[in-house]
Amino acid sequence: MSSSRYFRAEIRENRPLNGNHNLLTLANLDPMREPQPGQFYMLQVSKGSDPLLKRAFSLFRRTPEGIQILYRIKGKGTSILRDMKEGAALDLLGPLGNGYPMPSDDQSPLVIAGGIGIASVFSLVEKLSKKAFVFYGARLEEELFMTDELGKIYKELVVCTDDGSCGVRGTVVDVLHDFVKNRDGIQRPVIYACGPHVMLAAIAKAAEAYSIKAYASLEEHMACGVGACLGCAVKTTSGYKRVCKEGPVFDSQEIVWQP
Amino acid sequence: MAAMKLEVHIGKLKLKNPVMTASGTFGYGEEYSEFVDLNRLGAVVVKGLSLEPKQGNPPPRVVETASGMLNAIGLQNIGIERFISEKMPFLRRYDTAVIVNFFGDSVDEYAAAAERLSGVDGIHGLEMNISCPNKQEGWCIFGTDPKVTARVVGEVRKRTSLPLIVKLSPNVTDISLMARAAEDAGADAVSLINTLTGMAIDIRTKKPRLANRTGGLSGPAVKPVAIRMVYEVFRAVKVPIIGMGGIMSGDDAVEFLLAGASAVAVGTANFVDPGATTAILDGIIDYMEKEGTGEIGSLTGTAHAG
Repeated sequence: MSSSRYFRAEIRENRPLNGNHNLLTLANLDPMREPQPGQFYMLQVSKGSDPLLKRAFSLFRRTPEGIQILYRIKGKGTSILRDMKEGAALDLLGPLGNGYPMPSDDQSPLVIAGGIGIASVFSLVEKLSKKAFVFYGARLEEELFMTDELGKIYKELVVCTDDGSCGVRGTVVDVLHDFVKNRDGIQRPVIYACGPHVMLAAIAKAAEAYSIKAYASLEEHMACGVGACLGCAVKTTSGYKRVCKEGPVFDSQEIVWQP
Repeated sequence: MAAMKLEVHIGKLKLKNPVMTASGTFGYGEEYSEFVDLNRLGAVVVKGLSLEPKQGNPPPRVVETASGMLNAIGLQNIGIERFISEKMPFLRRYDTAVIVNFFGDSVDEYAAAAERLSGVDGIHGLEMNISCPNKQEGWCIFGTDPKVTARVVGEVRKRTSLPLIVKLSPNVTDISLMARAAEDAGADAVSLINTLTGMAIDIRTKKPRLANRTGGLSGPAVKPVAIRMVYEVFRAVKVPIIGMGGIMSGDDAVEFLLAGASAVAVGTANFVDPGATTAILDGIIDYMEKEGTGEIGSLTGTAHAG
């Protein structure tokens, strides 16, 4: 049975952004379902049995011809993906999971990305069409991507790096604190965040202190992507939930953050 | 050539073909229904259930290894009552056998679970999990001590008239002893193998990669072990065998049939290709066409001849 959530796509471009991050442009070869910002795909990077499982990647951006994925080269699977050339075909499963709930017209979206977390929130910023306040942090300047592209779609952008090599010196959490304390008149802020676990935990804590609604996109080891294997469990205030099915976007107050 | 016969019998349960899903890899069926025509499957074997819901283990619960994966889900499930009220209405809509995998923490719980599941409209068979490697110490005795196996299977047998499959652990010295204990206690079939207990360590953090430390290994890496065990069990028992362990293709499935299996279950392959089950069925049919095999049953145990 053909399904629009299991489809083939061809690599149009696999562009290195720096030594260990690439932007993958895919054109779907079969009809595909429209993705929402915050949803993800499982990509099959090998035909053989090692590596065996699909890899989960956030939707970076919908393009007229398909989708883009921004990925970090981290292990065996992503190394194989980096070496794949234009014209190669891949099996994809997706879009999977729940995307970011959109803010209402009177809310001010604060979009926070840490490192590769930009891969998940970029399309949200795009969809919010110049409404988003974006806080984007990385360890170093070389790890900040697509800032030119972001320039066309945000309302305000604050960039920060751990060493101060670009933008503010500090983390996105510091930037969030400053923003909330020094900006009066920001109407009904709502946070959307993706990044390392410690960053998300700190944002959840800050959001609770300021009584701001915050949505966090989580990552967990995943096998099936469709809710069957229960591998990607995350602890919530109402028991374990599946990152692939109930997530990857959760209300940050629902998550039991690990220290 | 006359029409090919794909039907198989597991006790009094008739399956339209030998391809089943392996418990724990196919959710409650619903999760894969958009990718697979469930009507084409011999049986859907659902995620293992207990009388009460279970939380399962903390994450990380899965980790990939060479040609396989380790899992330590910890038997998380919604409990038998919610399964019956929330999941069975969906499964009843399909023309496929529904086999419910279940477990308990004691002989009494096993027996009570089997009794509760019996007589539920649309449940065609039961698979007893006596072999999960992710339970606390002591639990494994159900699947590793033949005397205990005989007792728990015997008690369950008294409480259900549904076809009863006992799923065996490979984490034993002689699996044929366990198979015989299950058969003697009244099992209608045995299924094997469950996952092999394994472990992976992260060399940077110097800690086990699963929160549970150990987990069950599945995928192509375990297939030769599974084939050997099916081959041994075929010599030890008369009841049908459901073979599983790393089946990725029709050819892999045929290998299990030749070793002695009457039916096969597809597990980890579902994660690689959500349409794996029906692709494997098509692969078996291709093989039968090429070999001129008229009846699937004639393949079972063929590797033992001569």
